[in-house]
Amino acid sequence: MSTQLVTERAATRTRSARARLVGLLGPMTMLGGVAWAFLQPYRITLLHPHGEGFWWLLVEPPLLVVGVGLVFALFVAPGLIEDLEQD
Amino acid sequence: MEPPAEHVHWLFATGFLLLGLCLLARAVVGAEVWDRRAWRAYLWPSLLFGLGVFMWPVMVFFTNSTIHMVAHGAWAQTMMLAGAAELGLVRGKLHNRAWHLAFPLALAVSGIALLVHEQNGWLFARAAFLHHALGWAALVGAVFPTLAVLQPRRRAWPAGVALTLVVLSVFLFADRDVAPIFGHLSQRAGVAHR
Repeated sequence: MSTQLVTERAATRTRSARARLVGLLGPMTMLGGVAWAFLQPYRITLLHPHGEGFWWLLVEPPLLVVGVGLVFALFVAPGLIEDLEQD
Repeated sequence: MEPPAEHVHWLFATGFLLLGLCLLARAVVGAEVWDRRAWRAYLWPSLLFGLGVFMWPVMVFFTNSTIHMVAHGAWAQTMMLAGAAELGLVRGKLHNRAWHLAFPLALAVSGIALLVHEQNGWLFARAAFLHHALGWAALVGAVFPTLAVLQPRRRAWPAGVALTLVVLSVFLFADRDVAPIFGHLSQRAGVAHR
């Protein structure tokens, strides 16, 4: 096997490992938010909304974490992986 | 109708988490690939600038002492400066690489401001503990973007910057106005929240 071929394969492996890592960032963040919601369900006031004020119902930290992961996974990661694979 | 202080921390934590994820992805793929799409090149500096802008209403509505106001004002200014410097570099209006140092400056100023304006000890309450932890994390984290300017080829430094922001975000999400920390809550702190 030629040295050039080995080098190209190694570079492709590195690119695909990076693409996988970028692809995992969003889902891992979402998973973190879901795990947090299970560990501290009282942080999601929507589950027991009676007597809660506007801000307590609007700002739900575990859901914000899930939201960030979702935004990253839907809007940032796909294009980035595409560009990385075209590299 | 103002949100409680901890909600403001959580909203900023959300912004820092998104910023951290973007910078982590940028560190993984490299600046060249990240900047291939124009909107993506502008994304993280705009986020940083926006977080600085949103710090102004925090300064106006949530500060109960002069030192709080000065600290929040300093954060707003340095975050906006760092975001604007990066935007200027991306746009090509600024050319000197030294402008990248605005980011470590923002982190260092934020760290110092956090440590100075928190006048209670570490174990006074959870908020006090987190202000100390945030201050030191920001101050130590300022080393990474400085090294990234000095050694632009090393990918570890941009990854360090991103992870610093993720850690700051976790600390901000952990904030609760009056809550115990490791079982400690000063009697002078007030009634504990959940």
